[in-house]
Order: sequence, then structure tokens, then C-alpha cells
Amino acid sequence: MKYIDVVQFAATSLLGSRARTGLMILAMSIGVAAVVVLTALGEGARIYVVNQFSSLGTNLVLVFPGRTETAGVNPGMLLGQIPREISLDDAQALLKSRAIARITPMTIGSSQISKEAKNRDVVVLGSTANLLEVRHMSLEQGQFLPEGDMHSNLPVCVLGSKINHELFGRKSAVGAWVRLGDRRFRVIGILATQGESMGFNTDEIVIVPVASAHMLFNTSGLFRILIEAKNREAIEPARKDAESILFARHNGEKDVTVVTQDAVLATFDRILRALTLAVGGIAAISLAVAGILIMNVMLIAVSQRVQEIGLLKALGAPAVKIRSLFFAEAVILSAIGSFAGLLLGEAGVLVIAKIYPALPVTAPWWAVLAAIGTSLVTGISFSVWPARRAAQLNPVTALAGR
Amino acid sequence: MIEFINIRRSFSIGDQRVTALHDINLNIAAGDYVSIMGPSGSGKSTLLNLIGLLDRPTSGTYKLDSGDVTALNDAQQARVRSEKIGFVFQSFHLVPRLTAAMNIELPLILAGIPAAERKLRVAQLLANYGLTDRASHRPDQLSGGQRQRVAIARATSMHPAVLLADEPTGNLDQTTGREVIKLLEQLSLQNVTLILVTHDPALAGRASRQLRMVDGQIISQTMS
Repeated sequence: MKYIDVVQFAATSLLGSRARTGLMILAMSIGVAAVVVLTALGEGARIYVVNQFSSLGTNLVLVFPGRTETAGVNPGMLLGQIPREISLDDAQALLKSRAIARITPMTIGSSQISKEAKNRDVVVLGSTANLLEVRHMSLEQGQFLPEGDMHSNLPVCVLGSKINHELFGRKSAVGAWVRLGDRRFRVIGILATQGESMGFNTDEIVIVPVASAHMLFNTSGLFRILIEAKNREAIEPARKDAESILFARHNGEKDVTVVTQDAVLATFDRILRALTLAVGGIAAISLAVAGILIMNVMLIAVSQRVQEIGLLKALGAPAVKIRSLFFAEAVILSAIGSFAGLLLGEAGVLVIAKIYPALPVTAPWWAVLAAIGTSLVTGISFSVWPARRAAQLNPVTALAGR
Repeated sequence: MIEFINIRRSFSIGDQRVTALHDINLNIAAGDYVSIMGPSGSGKSTLLNLIGLLDRPTSGTYKLDSGDVTALNDAQQARVRSEKIGFVFQSFHLVPRLTAAMNIELPLILAGIPAAERKLRVAQLLANYGLTDRASHRPDQLSGGQRQRVAIARATSMHPAVLLADEPTGNLDQTTGREVIKLLEQLSLQNVTLILVTHDPALAGRASRQLRMVDGQIISQTMS
């Protein structure tokens, strides 16, 4: 018996019971589609986060106060000390490193901005001229914070586009005065609208010189220092330099944390990849269920077709051939099911992409392969038992329909 | 052609052992026309199943074409069935979802005969049995006589040396039954060994050699 004949015979028996075949293909395709859609979502989320991170800047090293210890308690905590803050001079000192191209300190606080009768709460970001390029921001109008000494507390500010809109409507705010807390600032520029990135909406912030922010909030510590390394290779030396410079300035106390953006990114990447695998795995359970369904229906098919199996044996089909006939049915079912599921899944991905254009949803190739592979393997392996049962039937009793 | 030497077949039913055939010795020559008569439970179907290699004897030796077939494994026996034995059943046993032509083609497909040759042979068989205009009908669209003609066409499609018919007219009215028997007898004239199991003494009487079975034993043989 030739392969083509085996396939043809299996196809006739599948076509012989259309409802059964249709339902099995449906079950199989839903399983495959679930894997495709869910992994596409997970992968989309991962790519989204990675993109967001890269948009924050390139070759970045981040410095923030305090030390995150995962093990043990440091002696300072027992004495009720809080970590020493990072000063502007600390930030300035970082420029000694050859690996570091530029730095920008950041202080964050919340204040009230008012223009005549209008006022609202805003996030005030104190920084320096370098922020614009280090953070990959762009201006819509006017100019950014002036270059020069980071200790100078000029009363100037740059508005996020939404703040500008809310306070000045369609008019340009450049040149106007606004009140931040109890001080007056002149608006010198307006940020281009960028939307939210990593939970930080640059459309709704006000940027002032870092020294002005310190005066406004009556502090001297920095929230972050963004360091831009000279190039990719310089990221790690920049991190080491930053650590050694800051530890030295803090009398050897290791009370600052220096991480590379890549390290943060890699962590997110790992977490989200694991999440993708997890949801993909959960979806794969539905494939296993589909496999069991195939086994169940195959067993029913075997008992419904006992007489036919007896006949095939009488006509000279050995057990191996009977097995391969039932096997072929399962393979055809799984193949059609996984193909239909793939189409269904890709259609679902397209729909999601339409609804959430910001999310780069694409099913990763490994998930597509895994889904198809799993469906074929479950379909085929769950048909082994029914096919064996069919092959082992006694021809005499099978012909009698018993 | 067919040689049974001390063939015994017993079954276990619960904790009882029932012997369906008691040490049967039987010789059937090529081209013989043999009928087997006997009451229900006399072992005639068991005998037929053993001849057709659908069942294995508990003890004894079965030689087909002077070769011992009892020692063959499943695949080898299947091959012998495919090449040498044709079956005609009381309830026809056509595959309900396949057309008449495809039912006839089935043994040829199982034997791995190329599609082009299969088509020729099936067309020839359909013509021989007057089924050409019924070729694409499924069994439920055929009359009883037509169904049995499809079954006979299928049984002869591999040109078997032995044709085993178990009550072939049992589900047919008398006229159609006669027609079917005539078809089978024509085959026996073409040197096919025909073995017919029946309840009907009139039918059995047409065979050149008549066996009567009671309680798993052949109690009489008549030649005519």
C-alpha cells in the first residue's frame, strides 16, 4: 500500500464524518492559535519595554543613592542612618573618568505651577543642559536649559507640551513668567510632545536648572545621575569609574548604586521572556487537551469502525497497515488543525495590532514552531493507543461487530 | 490445495473450555465446489475462519498450496489472505462511506497495486458484474443484490484461488439469492475453489461436495 493511498484512505474516513473532523480541527486550531496569540503578546510586551528603554538614551549608566543589598543588613541601617545623599559636586567629580562622555544630574520634586489664575500640580525635574541629549529629548520651541556651571540657579524653566497647553492655550509660553512654588521662573523653551515612556510622561513635567530645583525643594541631594559613556565598550569602565570615584568621595562608604542601562534592560528582558514562556506554556495546555480530545474521538472512531477494521484485515491488511491508516488520520487532523490555528492566531495578532498600535505584537518564530510541533506531537502520540487498539482487534470478532 | 491435519480449535469462555472443532482432517482440491451445512454452533463458521486465516487453530497443521500457513506471522498471513483468499459475507461488509467502485478497489489498494492498473481492473469488474452504472453509488444507494455483487467483485479483484462465502444469500430474497449463487458458481467453473457455508439444504445440494457438521465434527460427506 502506497503512502498516497494511505493518506487518501484516511482522508475519505475523515470526510466520512465531517462534524467529528471539524470539531477536532477546531480544538486543535484553538490550541495553536492560543499559543501564537499569547506568545505574540508576551513578545510584544518585551519588545515594547526594550524599545522604551533604548529611547531613554544610549550607553547609559545610572547612579542613584542608597545601596540595594539583597543579603544581610548593613551596619548603617542598624544605627538608623539613611544613605548619604549624592551632591552636585559628586556628579561633577564623575567627569574625571575618561570613559564618561557627559553626565546630567537629576532632582525630582512636585510643586504647583501657576500662571495668573490657572494652576496645577506638576512634577519638577531639576537637571542640566546635557539632559536634552542624554535622554534623547527634543524641543518644540525656544531653547533648553543654558550650559555652564551646574551650581547656578537661574530662574528659567522648560515646559512640557501639555503643561504649556494647559496654562497658555494655543499661545506660545516662551518669554512669559510662571510661578513655581514660591518662586518666579521665565519660560525659555517648550518640549516636543513625546508621550509617556516608562511611566514618566515628559509632556507633563517642568524642567528647571538643578540648582534652582534644590532651592525650590530645599534639598541638596540628587535623585539620579545619568552618565553617558563614550561608547558601548566604555559602558563597563564608566560604571567602575563612577563607583570608585563616588565611593572614594564618600570615604569608602558604598552607599550609592551604579548600574548600567544594559543590566536593567537585561533584567527586564529576562523577566518578560520568562513571562512569554509562561503564558505560552499555559496556552500549550490547551494543546494537550486538544490531543486528549483527539485520542478520545479516535477511540470512538475505532469502536465505531470495528467491522471495517475486521474487513480490512480479511482483505489482507496486516496490523501495521491498520495502525498506519489510523495514524495517518491523526497526522492529517493535526496538520490541518495546526495550519488553521496558525492562520487564526495570525489573524488574532493582526486584530490586536490594530487595537493597540503601540504594542509591537508579533509571534516569535520559536513559538510558532513550538505550537505546530506540539500540536503534531500531541495529535500523533495521542493516536498511538487508539491505532494500536484498532490494529490488535481480532478479525473474527471485529467482523461480527463485537 | 487446502489440507487440514488434526485441526482443533477451542475457546475459553469464562473458566470453561469449549471445543468448537475436534481434530478435523480435511482435503479440498483446487477448483472444488464445497458446501458446509450444519446447525448453529456446529463449528462451520469457525472452520471457514480457519481456512480464511482469520483465526488460528489451537493445534494441528493447515497447509495451503502445500505450504504450512499455521506457522506464519500476522503480516505473512495477511499477505496470503490478500493474494489467495477472497471473502463474501452474509452482511456484505461494504465500507459505507466508499462508493461501489472504491469498495471493489480496496483489496487492490491494500495490495499496493498502482493506481492506473487498479482503475482498469475495477472498470473490468464493474462491467463483469453489471455494476458500471452504479460505480459511484454508495452502499446505502444500492439494492441487496447489487451490494452482494459489489462484495463478490471485491472478493475476486485480486484473483484469489479460494473463495469463502459465509451464508452469502442469507440477507437476500430467493431470486436475488439464486443470481448471487450463479455468479459464485461461474467463478468455481473458472477453477476457483469455492467453499460455501449455508443453512439452506437446496443451496448446499448444488455443490459437488457436501460436508455436514455437528458439534465440531464433520459427520458426513457427499459427492454429487
